[in-house]
Amino acid sequence: MTTRRELMKLAALGGGAVYISGLAGRAAAATAKGAGPAYDDFYFVQLSDSHWGFSGPPNPDAKNTLRKAVATVNALEKPPEFIVFTGDLTHTTDDPAERRRRMAEFRDIAAGLKVKQVRFMPGEHDASLDRGAAYKEFFGDTFYSFDHKGVHFVAVDNVSDPGARIGDEQLAWIKDDLAKRPKDSPIVVLTHRPLFDLVPKWDWATRDGAQAMDILMQYPKVTVFYGHIHQEHHHMTGHIAHHSAKSLIFPLPAPGSQPERKPLPWDPAQPNRGLGFREVEAEPVAAQYSIQEFGVTRART
Amino acid sequence: MSAPTRRMWLARAAGLGALPLLALLGRRAAFAEAEPQVVKVTAQRFRYTPSEIRVKAGRPVVLEFTSVDFVHGFNMPDLSVRADLPPGVVTRVRLSPAKPGVYDFLCDNFCGDGHEEMHGRMVVEA
Repeated sequence: MTTRRELMKLAALGGGAVYISGLAGRAAAATAKGAGPAYDDFYFVQLSDSHWGFSGPPNPDAKNTLRKAVATVNALEKPPEFIVFTGDLTHTTDDPAERRRRMAEFRDIAAGLKVKQVRFMPGEHDASLDRGAAYKEFFGDTFYSFDHKGVHFVAVDNVSDPGARIGDEQLAWIKDDLAKRPKDSPIVVLTHRPLFDLVPKWDWATRDGAQAMDILMQYPKVTVFYGHIHQEHHHMTGHIAHHSAKSLIFPLPAPGSQPERKPLPWDPAQPNRGLGFREVEAEPVAAQYSIQEFGVTRART
Repeated sequence: MSAPTRRMWLARAAGLGALPLLALLGRRAAFAEAEPQVVKVTAQRFRYTPSEIRVKAGRPVVLEFTSVDFVHGFNMPDLSVRADLPPGVVTRVRLSPAKPGVYDFLCDNFCGDGHEEMHGRMVVEA
């Protein structure tokens, strides 16, 4: 029987967009020695940047895009074990009542996802104007960690501070949280902004991201999934891979490719172009992650 | 460093054949002593006024920010300079643009729906 991972690799051979991220050589060596616990493979879905409440020419279908994505995720042949939502759930507003109304609507739509667990985290549009107050009322802590089948997930909040700082308190928490695990544990960091200086002049950075990276660099099996830049992008900091996700509202230009970071115009001939979500197939022993991109509707991209 | 002391030091450097160093120090001294170019800038959701600042290369620049409605940020990554701009005070940012060129800046404190549009550029002319 063909496994799910084998199907993804076949898709890659056939020209499908599968990105393999990980430390395969190191994992193979570990397996050969028989070292390490036997973890089950699993897959999760990353959704990001739905900006619920946005209206404007970059997405005339904004009231439907999130619902379409929910329907597409629900139609996947095998449900993911969980879903992560890496921030900008809602589009910002100055009005605290309107902010809560948008969060309530988003929460109700996301409740339609047929999956056991959805993990949320904030983006600057959700949390920066009130330092996460409304977000916490609806979705709980803005940073936390959890374990799943041998992988340690750490959700990092780099948006509740309007200046895009993680802050000393959270940095100390990250350091302490990771120190409790074996050094070679597979670690996945989930966050909104890039932890590295992708394009500082577009605000695509975390002001104290270098301090977070200093901590993470001490661990050999770390991978970062984030949002914010509304497109798929892959970057390496030493041995650490960073993978950004597409948005569910409008795509943004390639990093630094033009003077301004204006949304790419909506194309009526190709609605939802550049939008979507991803599956991530995790192989914990190898700390390898196979990424498969999907459009808002069923088509793989 | 007082002027006579600097002259003595430069004379010794010249005596040692350190002409390139002498030239560099001379340029830096001239830069530091030049009258700064002062530009007043207002920061208000979601724009800087003016959003384009024109200055001459080789002279120091002082940007005097007045923020109207928020603790906006000023970040000019290419010169590694940033500052918070709290309302109610004038925030002075000193810059030393030695080379002509265009230097982008942005608000890096999220200030609302339109934050992404709050940016500008400094044009340094020869």
